[in-house]
Amino acid sequence: MTTEVGSASEVKKGSDQAGADAPKEKAKEVTENEQNQLSEPEEGKGSQPGPAVESQRSPRRQKREKDPSESRGISRFIPPWLKKQKSYNLVVAKDGGDKKEPTQADAGEQILDKEDSVPEEESRAKGDAEEMAQRKHLEVKVEVREDKPSLKTAVETQPAEEVRKDREEEKVKEAQEDKPEGETAQRETKEVQTSELKAEVASQKATKKTKTVLAKVTLLDGTEYSCDLEKRSKGQVLFDKVCEHLNLLEKDYFGLLFQENAEQKNWLDPAKEVKRQLRNLPWLFTFNVKFYPPDPSQLTEDITRYFLCLQLRQDIASGRLPCSFVTHALLGSYTLQAEHGDYDPEEFDSINLSDFQFAPAQTKELEEKVAELHKTHRGLSPAQADSQFLENAKRLSMYGVDLHHAKDSEGVDIKLGVCANGLLIYKDRLRINRFAWPKILKISYKRSNFYIKVRPAELEQFESTIGFKLPNHRAAKRLWKVCVEHHTFYRLVSPEQPPKAKFLTLGSKFRYSGRTQAQTRQASTLIDRPAPHFERASSKRVSRSLDGAPSGAVDQSLMKDFPGPPGEGSARGPAAVGSTAIQDGDSRRDVRSPTKSAPLLAEGKKNTLRVEGDNIYVRHSNLMLEDLDKAQEDILKHQASISELKRNFMESTPEPRPNEWEKRRLTPLSLQTQGRKGDRLFKDVLSMKEKYLMAAPRTVEEEAQADKTRTPASEGPCSGARDALKSSHETLNVVEEKKRAEVGKDERVITEEMNGKEMSAGSGPGETRKVEPVTQKDSTSLSSESSSSSDSEEEDVGEYQPHHRVAEGTIREEQEECDEEMEEEPSQAAKVVEREAAMPEAMPDRQAEASVLTVETEAQQNVVAQKVPGEKSAHGGTVKQDMREETEEEQHRVNGEVPHVDIDVLPEIICCSEPPVVKTEMVTISDASQRTEISTKEVPIVQTETKTITYESPQIDGGAGGDSGTLLTAQTIPSESVSTTTTTHITKTVKGGISETRIEKRIVITGDAALDHDQALAQAIREAREQHPDMSVTRVVVHKETELAEEGEE
Amino acid sequence: MGTPGEGLGRCSHALIRGVPESLASGEGAGAGLPALDLAKAQREHGVLGGKLRQRLGLQLLELPPEESLPLGPLLGDTAVIQGDTALITRPWSPARRPEVDGVRQALQDLGLRIVEVGDESATLDGTDVLFTGREFFVGLSKWTNHRGAEIVADTFRDFAVSTVPVSGASHLRGLCGMGGPRTVVAGSSEAAQKAVRAMAALTDHPYASLTLPDDAAADCLFLRPGLPGATPFLLHRGGGDLPNSQEGLQKLSDVTLVPVSCSELEKAGAGLSSLCLVLSTRPHC
Repeated sequence: MTTEVGSASEVKKGSDQAGADAPKEKAKEVTENEQNQLSEPEEGKGSQPGPAVESQRSPRRQKREKDPSESRGISRFIPPWLKKQKSYNLVVAKDGGDKKEPTQADAGEQILDKEDSVPEEESRAKGDAEEMAQRKHLEVKVEVREDKPSLKTAVETQPAEEVRKDREEEKVKEAQEDKPEGETAQRETKEVQTSELKAEVASQKATKKTKTVLAKVTLLDGTEYSCDLEKRSKGQVLFDKVCEHLNLLEKDYFGLLFQENAEQKNWLDPAKEVKRQLRNLPWLFTFNVKFYPPDPSQLTEDITRYFLCLQLRQDIASGRLPCSFVTHALLGSYTLQAEHGDYDPEEFDSINLSDFQFAPAQTKELEEKVAELHKTHRGLSPAQADSQFLENAKRLSMYGVDLHHAKDSEGVDIKLGVCANGLLIYKDRLRINRFAWPKILKISYKRSNFYIKVRPAELEQFESTIGFKLPNHRAAKRLWKVCVEHHTFYRLVSPEQPPKAKFLTLGSKFRYSGRTQAQTRQASTLIDRPAPHFERASSKRVSRSLDGAPSGAVDQSLMKDFPGPPGEGSARGPAAVGSTAIQDGDSRRDVRSPTKSAPLLAEGKKNTLRVEGDNIYVRHSNLMLEDLDKAQEDILKHQASISELKRNFMESTPEPRPNEWEKRRLTPLSLQTQGRKGDRLFKDVLSMKEKYLMAAPRTVEEEAQADKTRTPASEGPCSGARDALKSSHETLNVVEEKKRAEVGKDERVITEEMNGKEMSAGSGPGETRKVEPVTQKDSTSLSSESSSSSDSEEEDVGEYQPHHRVAEGTIREEQEECDEEMEEEPSQAAKVVEREAAMPEAMPDRQAEASVLTVETEAQQNVVAQKVPGEKSAHGGTVKQDMREETEEEQHRVNGEVPHVDIDVLPEIICCSEPPVVKTEMVTISDASQRTEISTKEVPIVQTETKTITYESPQIDGGAGGDSGTLLTAQTIPSESVSTTTTTHITKTVKGGISETRIEKRIVITGDAALDHDQALAQAIREAREQHPDMSVTRVVVHKETELAEEGEE
Repeated sequence: MGTPGEGLGRCSHALIRGVPESLASGEGAGAGLPALDLAKAQREHGVLGGKLRQRLGLQLLELPPEESLPLGPLLGDTAVIQGDTALITRPWSPARRPEVDGVRQALQDLGLRIVEVGDESATLDGTDVLFTGREFFVGLSKWTNHRGAEIVADTFRDFAVSTVPVSGASHLRGLCGMGGPRTVVAGSSEAAQKAVRAMAALTDHPYASLTLPDDAAADCLFLRPGLPGATPFLLHRGGGDLPNSQEGLQKLSDVTLVPVSCSELEKAGAGLSSLCLVLSTRPHC
């Protein structure tokens, strides 16, 4: 901790302590069992660097003798290459601890260059939290400390290894760097020489790192942007640069494509290193729309719409987006209006319409028609013309549909179209089938086959799996990825974390790591900058005139006007903005995202016991559990390294996989940028979910037991916490500890559970390493399991399950209820999932006129910690104790908050097992002869009117420390026309003995227009007062959403 | 193009074709058609024309009957019209193919863009096509094949065109129709329900569905002549023809019900959708 360099110190501390956490577990298990061979190698790996690093970092832990010895013992298990690596690591460590830091899987703040600005406060908070955790452990178990070093080192090893690999590659490409366009041939020769170079490289390391490559990006207006990129930059870096250059804030809809071969283009994965994705390809990209917003009018900025227009013009001109003659003309006329303004007979003569490409095959007739229609647009501003353009374009049936060639099971040529709503199957131009996302249970690929598993149709009993043959393996994988991304983007509230690290299955681990539409919309609402100035110009003409001239100069200056702040505004700004309430509200407001997880539920019901499904289920939930703070990365790494080791044993061929880490590392980041508070919430919920996940298989009683079990674990920390004056705490620690305790006790936990636990550990910010032991423990089962599912198949296979199943019986019942309620498209789970989900959930999709009133009350009070808990904790003894102890855990699980109490375990369980996922839409047609709905439930894009009112009483908002909280309750009480959803979130911060408790309640009232909002609001406030007489209401935020009449629209 | 949904039923003109005497004699293409009362059929046809013109206020064009084309009155099979585009079909029955000529000419004269089915392998009956305002469904029936449907897709590129397998001896339009911009009306036969289920699975848009006891009752026309704000009409089979379905039709709100009878013409396979073509000469207004 003392070794830190500059500002990194905070973070580092954190990571150190995180290490401390893990050890505890490890100590327990590792020391006891010697069977940990699998993990040990890993330790060994790490142990070497350990000493070096340690001496630097943690002087206080000097009795690390254990490490070396351990590692020595292990060393014989370590494949030669690993050993090499070790030595290498040593070097690295010496080189500079700081260097390591970034690579380390810490908070993610450092990981992304662009993220350096993350508030230090935050990291400090984390650090503190972790410190606390560490202390706990120190006090509780001595062994823990001893293990720490090794654990820590193990963790660090990973990055180091990564670095090493990177460097190797670097050397290889060294020469290439200079000529970014990379001649393949040359490169190959380099590779041959690699071994020789190595030595050199080693000595030159320092200089190499700064190598840059020239990347060229063709923009939507046809101009080219080029920039120097650090060689090992991830896709995100380049993408951010491009967006910055474009002055684009709503960038989540966009992406970079690179041409893999003549007919295939791939999206650059922002989470992976560019060069690894490019392989030998030149650093040439095109900037494109990746996710077409279903309703462009919801975009916040005109500039975003402008780029979307440019993309669509391309799509139209290329024929990707087929239109009728009239539409070509109409769209063309809007283009003309946007670029030239009102029709002016004089000027018009100078416009050469054939300069424009309005259609793939442009005729004179079309140009005439365009000109004719242009005259009718008089008065439209460019932005309005763009909007009109988009309004018309979005209705085209192929708008936003990403087509992939394939053959069906009978070898017939078809096309698979991936879009916001699901998967469309085309034969020629005809749509012959359609699988809405909610209908799809699983998407997978194997070699060149692509499979979807589909929910049974109305009258069927069994799910069916439908296979398609893609031209090749890469095409199958690409399709799969696109599906995963689209599903996540359009249907989930937040992205799933990638599956736990299984190094051997690159393909299957892929997850969309960017923001979802819901998130990006939320973020967009916070954009606060004057409309940026930008020039519109027909791409064609521009490219002609500016051909070759990097548009840099002008644009750059433009950028400079707003650069920093706006960028931040969009990226992290939202998060940073203090007003949790609003943010939350916003995110939830998105009607689309939420919806039902019900299908899942139904699913779960049906195939609870299928091993495969369960595995996947667990994996998913694990994913969901990963918390946004980095710690899990470390964990993942651990796991990864374990499986890696395994594999190495088998293959003894080191393989570069760091990409996966980076990917993972990035994910949390991207989430972080999102909204700190919101994320926390997620996290919290997730953690709970996790917990219950584990608990689920057992009976309730057992669970109770488990609770008891946990107590000690969490108590220890508490006592330790007392001395601590720090305020912030990571919520998850507690939960995880508990879990660990469980793990320890419950030997018969099934494998899946174990997995869950591991992951859960991962979610703890500071917990990083603790996971290891667990992993080790059941590594056998784990490995067998996972390998059976996909490891062995390596990259050939990918799996993705859009729906998360609920595995356990208890839950099922509840689900069934839900199902009934919602008529097959139940989304109940959503309600519990967390506040986020809750709200959307409550929205009656089918009601044409529904209004949602969100009342959020926030009560704040400075109280001594003990007091509050006492009053509030209705839940487990555990919690109470914790609170009494003045634990700084901010996660108080309390129930009694809300008047309605159908809460208990059930909902919570649901909450656990249902990740905050959006599901569904069900097309149902009943046989009844009465009027039925064909598919009203399709998550509609509901046009809404949103009003936000914030009442806030001046208040000492001491929230300086990282505040995290717990979702306490969530419930939906539907009545006839009005449904109310209440979620409660408690945040407690302790500042030098004084703890401040903040209770946030979210009440979502959904009903038809008749709802009396004022009354509802008054009622909500009154209830809040009654429930917490000793607290004061400091803020009330009202979000009112009114669905606009849907009648004639669209 | 226009506004999907909004555009449904927008019309200014209706096109019908007189009933030839040959229809009653059962000769010509409709081999095996039951004998029908010519006078009654002609009367029905006349009433239909009258309603279109007077009740709905449409410009009515009536093509003269041609004895060589007994099924000529069923001109709904000869063209698919959306917006300013008319796809002249290639009816499955070779004997009926000459029917398209007169229709083509009339539509052309009205200023529509004419698109032909250029493919000899394609067969397409116009009443196998359902336009919902947002998308097309093409019934793959015994009259219409995949290639025919593909041509619909090629012609109306703005819209999704989905194929719906149709079992039994009906055209798609004989099983279902539009009762409003967001309402699909369907018969209760197995074939009709199956078709509607298929459509529900294929669509991106939410529709309500109204099921009527009689399939033939579902063959109705949602029409919006006149100004955009005016109450739309639903031209449907009346109580004389299909008493059981009247109650169900009453559930359609926001439309003015205009019952007509065509029980005699029905014997020749006619339905409301096949007896007239409606179009707007100002599709973008």
